[in-house]
Amino acid sequence: MLRLKCPHCGERDHSEFAYGGDAGVKMPAIDNEDFEAWYQAVFIRKNPRGRHLEYWHHVQGCREWLKVERDTMTHEIFSVAAAREVEEGAQ
Amino acid sequence: MQRYSVFSLVSNALRGNQHWERAWRDPDPKEEYDVVIVGGGGHGLATAYYLAKEHGINKVAVLEKGYLGGGNAGRNTTIVRSNYMIDGNTQFYEHSLKLWHGLSQDLNYNVMFSPRGYVALATSQAQMDASAFRANSMRMNGIDAELLTREQVQKLLPYLDCSPNARFPVYGGLWQGRAGTARHDAVNWGFARAADSRGVDIIQQCEVLGYLWDGGRIVGVETTRGNIRAKKVALAVAGSTTLLGQKAGLELPIESHLLQAFVTEPIKPMIDYVIAYGTAHFYISQSDKGGLVLGGDLDGYNSYAQRGNLPIVDEVLTVAKALIPALSRLRVLRHWAGVMDMSMDGSPIICKAPVDGLYLNCGWCYGGFKATPASGFAFAHTIAKDEPYETNARFTLDRFRRGYQIDEKGAGPTPGAH
Repeated sequence: MLRLKCPHCGERDHSEFAYGGDAGVKMPAIDNEDFEAWYQAVFIRKNPRGRHLEYWHHVQGCREWLKVERDTMTHEIFSVAAAREVEEGAQ
Repeated sequence: MQRYSVFSLVSNALRGNQHWERAWRDPDPKEEYDVVIVGGGGHGLATAYYLAKEHGINKVAVLEKGYLGGGNAGRNTTIVRSNYMIDGNTQFYEHSLKLWHGLSQDLNYNVMFSPRGYVALATSQAQMDASAFRANSMRMNGIDAELLTREQVQKLLPYLDCSPNARFPVYGGLWQGRAGTARHDAVNWGFARAADSRGVDIIQQCEVLGYLWDGGRIVGVETTRGNIRAKKVALAVAGSTTLLGQKAGLELPIESHLLQAFVTEPIKPMIDYVIAYGTAHFYISQSDKGGLVLGGDLDGYNSYAQRGNLPIVDEVLTVAKALIPALSRLRVLRHWAGVMDMSMDGSPIICKAPVDGLYLNCGWCYGGFKATPASGFAFAHTIAKDEPYETNARFTLDRFRRGYQIDEKGAGPTPGAH
């Protein structure tokens, strides 16, 4: 069982969460007509064995979308943060 | 190769079983081969076998980083079927099922193929309609399929909970009589022995670390047992496809996810058929030793861990008990997980890679076992002729770019959902 430390609810079992996929993917802007950018975002994944940035949705808790950095081999969790805060901060 | 027969069985028994030949050699890698296949699982070994048998290419090495059958070949639930609906998949899996039916004879090795029949239960009217659609598509392609009513299912599987209290009431099912199971280790060993007898070198404990390049072309592999040159390098490495692909400069439409499976303590014959339960993505069959073999959904998040996780154990065993209440006191003996290379449309990739000298066989999601013979057959053809066989013409890597995904489940580019 993975244990994710939700910034609002504290440390919870991962079965409370829904996996939201690779958070390293940059979706192009909706009016971007570059085929290659869409192809990369929709289909291509780095799929690392090691550190992986990913979304988790705390469905059975506060319903916050979280951005988690996790090791895909050892399941070690390096960081958990509210996705909107991390992403707003980056902009 | 010493052929197995009634005569060899009797004569070896009379001599105290002291004189059996080993099933395959253990050679050191040569400096150069025509084809190097990376991955000694079912697909890699089948590819080597068909390369030698169908195309006369026997300067072939199969490199395995661990031991034969230690990867996904030993981490599945041994089910074989061809109830596919989308063009491309339908023909491919039917070719596979046809090969399964003659495989023991072809390999001179008992792979314990058991065409015991397969029932996919429907638990709503919508699922019955979908089953009818699927059965019609199959029959139009000459594949056996039959729609079962609720009463027929109940008669066939009397231990199912068909009561009004069932969590998901049984409406009927889709039956494929030629489907069944095979013994996964025997499939591996059978292909290994048959490939070896045609001159293929099977090299275990040999991990591929990188490639040898000549200009932009791959001309061999760097391994833990030295460099091996090859005219063609073929990958059949399931969960490690992304990593070996990246070393060749490829970015692939693949995510690695875990799939867990379970076996219970052995009991007397109870479950005669393979049963699948689509509502909760659950499947169960009984092995020849008596253990019930069962599995469920993916863990659903990227992982290379090859070990399971309790939430899925809980989920699968809950479904098992809801479906067949009589199982409630059985103990689970073993449980394991395999790393699935989930492709973005749920269908496999067998093609030349966009790098010269490299060939790809990947993206099997969790359907790789049943595909073993046809995958080897089609991959061998692709390697030998530099063009696809008729059954893998659609399994290209560029289908994602061109908009020709083969999305059997209609789940879109979400690998965890296929």
